[in-house]
Amino acid sequence: MWRDNLRGIYYIALKDMRTYYLKPPSVSWGIIFPVAWILAFYLRNPRGFEELVPGLIAMTILFSTTAAEAVVINFELRLGSLERLLLAPISLPSVLLGKVLGGAIFGLLMVTVVTTGSVLSLGLHPNIPYLILIVILSLFVFSSLGALLCVLVKEVFEAQTLLNLPRFIMIFLCGVVYPVSAMPKVLQYLAYVMPLTYTVDGLRHAFSATSSTMVFTDALVLMGFFVLFILPAIKLLYKKFE
Amino acid sequence: MGNDLVIQALGLTKFYGELLAVDHINFEVKRGEIFGLLGPNGAGKTTTIRMLTGLSKPTEGRASVLGFDIGSEIVKIKRHIGVVPEISNLYDELSAFDNLMFMAQLYGVPRSQRRKRAEELLKIFGLYERKDSPFRALSRGMKRALTIAAGMIHNPKILFLDEPTVGLDVVAARSLRNLIINLRQQGMTIFLTTHYLEEADLLCDRVAIMVKGRIIKTGSPASLKAEVEKESVIEFSFDRDISELLKNLSDRLAGVKVAAVEPNKVRIYGGIRANIYDNVFRFAKDKGIEIQSVNSIKPTLEDAFIKITGLSPTIMAIEKGGRHNVAR
Repeated sequence: MWRDNLRGIYYIALKDMRTYYLKPPSVSWGIIFPVAWILAFYLRNPRGFEELVPGLIAMTILFSTTAAEAVVINFELRLGSLERLLLAPISLPSVLLGKVLGGAIFGLLMVTVVTTGSVLSLGLHPNIPYLILIVILSLFVFSSLGALLCVLVKEVFEAQTLLNLPRFIMIFLCGVVYPVSAMPKVLQYLAYVMPLTYTVDGLRHAFSATSSTMVFTDALVLMGFFVLFILPAIKLLYKKFE
Repeated sequence: MGNDLVIQALGLTKFYGELLAVDHINFEVKRGEIFGLLGPNGAGKTTTIRMLTGLSKPTEGRASVLGFDIGSEIVKIKRHIGVVPEISNLYDELSAFDNLMFMAQLYGVPRSQRRKRAEELLKIFGLYERKDSPFRALSRGMKRALTIAAGMIHNPKILFLDEPTVGLDVVAARSLRNLIINLRQQGMTIFLTTHYLEEADLLCDRVAIMVKGRIIKTGSPASLKAEVEKESVIEFSFDRDISELLKNLSDRLAGVKVAAVEPNKVRIYGGIRANIYDNVFRFAKDKGIEIQSVNSIKPTLEDAFIKITGLSPTIMAIEKGGRHNVAR
């Protein structure tokens, strides 16, 4: 049974990569948008670009994992292709995890390009294990957030709209460009209930190689967010097929 | 459950909110037979298939497929069944071959056999020449055939077909029906839903007639027709549309069933022939209508359906979305 589920998760993720993710719209949304955004800030203030790197990686994680989520879930629900997956001898949570894994793998490819480019061109020396830990957890958190928001609605355009809201709020509030500590108190409270804050924070620690406790705290909070997003997403998908 | 019974439903019921879609149905399907759920659109046929294949949970009742309970052992069931939904729902971006390979991966067909099995099915379904064409580039008939091939990639013991020939042209529908008969000859059990009476008559070993969520009769097409054969069936053709006069004609023929098969054609079931002729000729004279032909006909499954359900056959011609289907 578990072998069937693991096999299903793997092949669904591979199929989604082929059919949806490795296509120009996903690549442009997943990588070009964050790079262009950060470049705009760099051109305004070329000094201290190193400080923007954690934010750039965090944004790439956020946008690449959610780039095609609405299509892989809502479009397939509408066409009936998701039902085809559910007819296979695998569980419904495995189907959803396959979708989440597809987003995470695509995100990993995009993040690898952006991180390698930044590290090599700027001569940075991040703590690699910490970096990998925060990146991998964040990829699953944002891919599952995308899945949750998609199963909340029916149409692809509704899902895209709903996804844009947290994406843009998080860019401004979670320390991607401005440090959370420099924001008004009320916005700081808001930032602490958003997962991207912990991604940016964890990445900053990985790049500055300061406190390992803080990295593990960020990792634990990210794990909590993953559970918080994936469980209701599974429940909502079950409800669609009651 | 006996070895010969591969599907057994007991009091299977499904509510969608307040709507009762399937109403405490009971039926059994034997190994190696083609079993058809026959009924108009909205009768609950697709909901029944969805419950048996794990896409929808029953509100009440239970069912087993190959001895496994649909509530607690659905994954075990899925290993041994193939399902072909009404909509051909493979992946547009993938080629015919890649779609089958993906299904083989998903169903756990051993790596060494996947390619061989996919190519074998493409040949059986006449799609081998188009194996590299994306699904979206195939004709409707080819898409349907490939969807059925995908349902068979893991050699299932039971194949569920939901309205298999809907949307196909006459030639494609005929070739698909031949294929279904071939599958049965190879020992596969087939559970299909249809609202085409001729299709059920042609393909099914046994038919369950389903109306408004209930199964109202089960039997072989021959046994269902035999019920009507005991009574006379007379068909009258008139020179004009008599739809608005149908009630008047029925009132003159108390105790028999009058059904319009076309706007200018009625069939009359049962009764004493002499009285029927007398009343219909008098009706025609009173209304100034000319009778074009009178035929005493051999009952078809359509006649049995009309007699059993009391429904007009035109209701069966209505496709989903309210369209009437063309003659097939």
